[in-house]
Amino acid sequence: MNGKGILSGLLITLRHFVDTYLEDLKVGRKRYGTAEGIEMRRSSDTRGIFTIQYPEEKLPVPEEFRFVPFLVYDVKEDGEKAVRCTSCGICAKVCPPQCIWIERSVDAATGKPIPTPAEFFIDVDVCMNCGMCAEFCPFDAIRMDHDYEMASYDRHKHHILNKERLLKPASYYAEIRPTSYRREEAEKAAKEAAKAAARPPAGTAA
Amino acid sequence: MSDLQTQTLVPQLDTIFPDWVRPDDRAGYQGYIVETEHLLAVAKALRDTYGYDLLSSVTGVDYLPEGKLEVVYHVFRTTGGPIFVYKVQVPRDNPVVPSLVPLYPGAELQEREAYDLLGIRFEGHPDLRRILTWEGFAGHPLRKDWHEPYFEEEAKPYKSRWPEGQVRRAEDLNPFADNVDYPAGFDPESLVPDADDTLYKTLFRVQQAQHPEIKTDAIVVNLGPQHPSTHGVFRMVALLEGEKILDLKPVMGYLHRNHEKIAERNTFLQNMPFTDRLDYIASMSNNFAYALAVEKLMGVQPPERAEYIRVIMAELTRIVSHFIAVGFLLNDLGAFFTPSLYGIKERELIVDIFEMVSGSRMMCNYFRFGGLARDMSPEAVQKTKELVNDRLPRKIDEFDRYLTENEIVRQRCEGVGVLTPEDAIALSATGPVLRASGVPYDVRRAEPYSIYDRFEFDVAYGLHGDIYDRYLVRMEEMRQSVRILKQALRDLPEGPIMTGKPAYQVRVPAGESYGRVEGPKGELGFYLVSNGKPNPWRYHVRAPTFINLTSLAPMSRGGKVADVVAILGSIDIVLGEVDR
Repeated sequence: MNGKGILSGLLITLRHFVDTYLEDLKVGRKRYGTAEGIEMRRSSDTRGIFTIQYPEEKLPVPEEFRFVPFLVYDVKEDGEKAVRCTSCGICAKVCPPQCIWIERSVDAATGKPIPTPAEFFIDVDVCMNCGMCAEFCPFDAIRMDHDYEMASYDRHKHHILNKERLLKPASYYAEIRPTSYRREEAEKAAKEAAKAAARPPAGTAA
Repeated sequence: MSDLQTQTLVPQLDTIFPDWVRPDDRAGYQGYIVETEHLLAVAKALRDTYGYDLLSSVTGVDYLPEGKLEVVYHVFRTTGGPIFVYKVQVPRDNPVVPSLVPLYPGAELQEREAYDLLGIRFEGHPDLRRILTWEGFAGHPLRKDWHEPYFEEEAKPYKSRWPEGQVRRAEDLNPFADNVDYPAGFDPESLVPDADDTLYKTLFRVQQAQHPEIKTDAIVVNLGPQHPSTHGVFRMVALLEGEKILDLKPVMGYLHRNHEKIAERNTFLQNMPFTDRLDYIASMSNNFAYALAVEKLMGVQPPERAEYIRVIMAELTRIVSHFIAVGFLLNDLGAFFTPSLYGIKERELIVDIFEMVSGSRMMCNYFRFGGLARDMSPEAVQKTKELVNDRLPRKIDEFDRYLTENEIVRQRCEGVGVLTPEDAIALSATGPVLRASGVPYDVRRAEPYSIYDRFEFDVAYGLHGDIYDRYLVRMEEMRQSVRILKQALRDLPEGPIMTGKPAYQVRVPAGESYGRVEGPKGELGFYLVSNGKPNPWRYHVRAPTFINLTSLAPMSRGGKVADVVAILGSIDIVLGEVDR
């Protein structure tokens, strides 16, 4: 029969439409605006419409999600910030769009470079979010952030991040990327332990 | 030699044409160098006697130190087997090469590209104009001595970023000061743009109207560059008689950024995220082809687990791309956005997996030379299994029931935009366009790369070469991808995902290589020349949809305006890749 194809196609559209409402009725209020509801809508057996109502709802990002980079600092016992970055420049060298600028610190007295950045800039409008700076940083000092809501009206004021704005504590890093953080800390601890074992015990050195 | 032998053995060109051809004996190079004046004869013999019927890629290379320009031709047999390479070399100050368009019409757009970007003149080309840059562009940007206005340094990393650490924003450079370079004798005041006239003149004009008693003229209609049917900024100039298309010219380059020049400034590794931006619907398969090309040069092999994950990602990408292609084809046919949103819905669940493994939904940047950037977590594997084993097959079937038998779809698509197998091969079409024309050529089968020789799957092909068959081929390929995915997920081994230590500076030995994969839209190839430095000397993308566009005009001639929209939709172009 002519038109059968169209009709059976339209039935599928109708099913999608009805499914959305049936799902709403079945799940009830918790389908929208709750973490459980979002998880339900993005699972592989979801039915009907599964739009996330941004900005009221936000899709949770996976741990590996990468947006612009930030610099990690540790908090010392006396509360002082210990910036992990040593201004070695690997991130600036590996950056594909070359959006990282690093000013190295110089000891005022001796004129020798100190392994910490005097300034650190990232032009986030040039950044292509590739994550290679974080991937190849040997000091776990630069990592990719999860915060993607950065729109603003003035690019010069808000989109060229300096060291001050880039620095975030290690606790924040541990919070957004728990698995990576734990793995790196374990690796560091293992390295320290190996170093300690290799060092001859005090007092026996010739 | 028997006919079968000549059609299957790799010919020793230097023994067949000892006076015209010599092997390319530079270290790391392969193939043959043909004398320029004998190019047509050799190419004809290769095509007619030795069965190399499809001209895959035409690449210009600038060897500035030697003062030479080289044109590299990659040809293959549609019956399968490896790529065959031959080259011609011409002096830089007078680069004239005979055009291969009379033998392979598929060279048309590619030769225009080589002319545009490198200034190689192809003698006998029917329409040698610039294609990607605009008509008033000064110079040929891919020549090694050409520098752009914001030129900073020959190669990245730039010293100003580190160690000098000077902040300099792109917009702080004044575009009207010393950054603008006018050619000698150019006066912007007296410029009269004549590009459109030149373009319209290239259209095939009908000499005699069909009804001499009626005074009528064919009219030129521009579709695009801003048009919902063009999938981006793309323009088609059609010459019409009533509703009938007499001739058509694609106009492109609105999204041109000279990807290849950028890539030649980049280090090898820095190019990886840039490849994502080519066919941005299918970034994983771009990564794949580029990684293969560099790995060929470096001579590294990724570990087993990485190979499996690569295949999983490439096949998921194929499903994503085909869902989008089919959905937007229906958009073009007037089924506004319902089918494409159903496709996007399934894509959403797949890009979630990409985000879990690579950190980004579209710009994955996931492959590394000799492996992958990071491992696929057990949760991601679980999620992929759920999709592949349950949801995707169900949804592909639903799509099938939804559209395949639809009478409107069939009436609009069947018998429209027909490309015969001979034409498809001659026009260098690849991917679903070639297969729908009845040529079951798939790089995964013809020259298996990675671990594709381990999987059981069928090559989908059509018999009629019309839009409907292209649609059916894509539907069937999604099913075959699911089949491959099931096998890959079943056999996915544990183990490392990287050969050697990840390094931000890779050493790539001098030489050339061509890595190709069966991308969702056709044969995606990367031609690389390395001179041992950290940056590639030449980086060329064989963009499948750019070359498939060569067949747009032949398919459209004689059809109606409304059909052109559907035909373009059935080629499935992505402008990020067409314009590069």
